[in-house]
Parts: sequence; C-alpha cells; structure tokens
Amino acid sequence: MTPQARSLTFEFMKGVWKENPVIAQLLGMCPVLAVTNEVKNGIAMSGAVFFVLTLSAVMISLVRKLIPPQVRIASYIVVVAAFVTIADLMLAAFFPAQSKALGPYVPLIVVNCIILGRMEAFASKNTLGRSVIDALGMSAGFAVALLLMCTVREILGAGTWLGVKVLGAGWFDPWVVMVLPPGAFFTLGVIIGVSNFIQKKGLGT
Amino acid sequence: MEVFIIFIWAVLINNFVLAQFLGICPFLGISNKLSSAVSMGMAVTFVMTMTAIVTWPLYHLILAPYKLEFLRIVSFILVIACLVQFVEMFIRKMSEALYDAMGIYLPLITTNCAILGFALLSVLKDFNYLESIIFGVGAGLGFTLALILMAGIREELEFADIPVCLKGAGITLLVAGILSLSFMGFAGLIRIS
Repeated sequence: MTPQARSLTFEFMKGVWKENPVIAQLLGMCPVLAVTNEVKNGIAMSGAVFFVLTLSAVMISLVRKLIPPQVRIASYIVVVAAFVTIADLMLAAFFPAQSKALGPYVPLIVVNCIILGRMEAFASKNTLGRSVIDALGMSAGFAVALLLMCTVREILGAGTWLGVKVLGAGWFDPWVVMVLPPGAFFTLGVIIGVSNFIQKKGLGT
Repeated sequence: MEVFIIFIWAVLINNFVLAQFLGICPFLGISNKLSSAVSMGMAVTFVMTMTAIVTWPLYHLILAPYKLEFLRIVSFILVIACLVQFVEMFIRKMSEALYDAMGIYLPLITTNCAILGFALLSVLKDFNYLESIIFGVGAGLGFTLALILMAGIREELEFADIPVCLKGAGITLLVAGILSLSFMGFAGLIRIS
C-alpha cells in the first residue's frame, strides 16, 4: 500500500461517495437513524461529528508514534471522549435547544464506530495532512448521508424543510410516520437500496 | 414512576433498538442466526444490569457531589470497558459453558452504544438506584427481544426472493421499520408523562 501515491482529492472524495461511512460502510448508524427527523438536528449532529472527528484525527496523527500499540484503542477512546465532552458542552452553551433535541446522542459519538474506525484505520498510520483530509472527507460523507435522510423525512413527514413550508398545505397531508422511528428505518433502507442499485450499474464513481 | 411501569416502558414502549436506535450495529450484524442472537442478548442484558449497579453510585456519590458531571462521558466509558473486561475474565473462570455461549460477544459490547446510552439516559431521567437497575434489566431484555424477533425473521428471509440491491442491510432495515411500526402499538399500554 502506498498512501503517498494517492491524490488528496481522492482521499477526500472516497469519504463522500465510494467509502461513505453511512451508506457504504454502514458505520455509525445510531445517530443517523435517531436525529434525522428534522433538518436542523441533522446539521447540528453533522457539526458535532465534524468537530470531533477532525480534532481527534489531528491529535492521534500527531501522537501516533508515542502510543504503544497495546494500549492504542484505550488511548483513542480517551482522546475522542475528551473532544466529545468539549463538543457536548459547547453545544449546550451556544445552542441549548439543539442540545436538548439531540439528547444523549452527542455524548454517544464516543462509541460511534466511524470515529474509532478512522482513528484505527487511518489517522494512526498517516501524516497529519492526510489524516485531516481523510477526516474532512468522512465528515462530509456523514453529513451528506445525514442531510439526505433529514430532507426526505422532514419533507414527507412534516411538509417542511428547515422549518420552511415546501409541500402545499392544501393538497399534501404529512406522513407522520416518517418523523417517527419506523420512518427512519424505511428511509435508510431505501437509500441504501438505491445506492447499491446505482453502484451495480456502474454510475457515479 | 412505579418500578413495574419502568420495566414495561423499557421493554416494549421505548424499546432500545426499535424506538431509541441504540445498539443498531449488533442489531444489524448479529441478527442473522437465532442462537447467536440469544447469546448476544444475554450478554448485553447482563452487562447492562452491571453497568446500572456501578454507574449510578459513581455518578450520584462521586461525580455529582464534587461537581464533576462534565467527566461523565469519559468516566462512564472507562468504567464500562473495565467492567466488560472483568466480567469476561470472571465468566471464563466460573463456567466454561456460559463463556462459550456469550464470551465472544462480550468484548464487542464495550463499543455498543446501547450500554453507554443506557448509562447516560438513566442519569438524564433522574432515576433512583432501584429504578435505574430495573431500567437496565428492562432495556437489556427489550434489546434481546428485538434481536430475537429480527433473527427469526431473517432466517426466513434467506429463502425469500429479494431484489439484489436490497439484499443484506437494505431489507434488514425495511423489516426493522415494520417491526418498529408494530412496536408503536404498545404505546397505548400505559400512560406516561
């Protein structure tokens, strides 16, 4: 494996589409299903994951030579937990309403497989610059998946997008089930099915 | 809140997997065989009960009196990791059969968001010690119930004719949606604020 041979653009884009953490790798499903009933929750969650993933990647790739391999997973968890605490407190201070809506799902970023997976698979083996690009790509991929879910669920479930009425009140009856738990499972199932369908056809590499 | 109501609420109404989306990774990963679903469910119920026993005193007797609430994420995850390690060693020494049944699933549980989610939720809900333990048992059993139902359905699905692009995760999520829809029917069982 020669990571230096790959371009930085590739490093970024793989997170967005080909190795999209949610749609292709099925990682970090809990927040994807839980907080996507409204677009603004999705934005807040993507922001928190972006913050934690990028800063943890910076930290881990800087100290990767100092951590003994036997205790590396435990060290990753402590580093990630520290950044998650910061994110949680910042969200509670600046956006109290969002923090309340997201509930325990912000602290749960600690055990999100996307973060630990990237630390183990990438940041611990690559230079600072590459790790940051990879983290940005993965966060972007996570945000894309999350926003896709929110958009579908909020438009169908409430007829609005980010609080703005999209589907007319006269003819459209909101499908309440889409903002409830079953809607999350249905939406993600269909999105994964469609993405598999596109990839089998060889479109959009 | 009465203890029995908390139990019913945790198992059926606010099922961890189907209503709270906690523990989705093992739910999708280990639900293809009934026997492994039972073992995983047992292991999670056990660790969740132990977590309830340990994290409640940790939070209410150590973190809260010294105004260290902001350390709860770090301390809970460390406690859970140690607990899982300890339980695994204990079971290996105690009973070979039990270890074979649930031992291999124990290390996976550390990063199962159902456990940490449970610890954080029971702090958020302000339960007392007994309620928190009952909540732990109920949440674990609810997780087991969802996993077993799913495993039973997936064993049948093996013989079904599914579109190729939906095979695997896609159809599992759609089935989970239908299960979750049917669990919503339990919501009328008790009235809760």
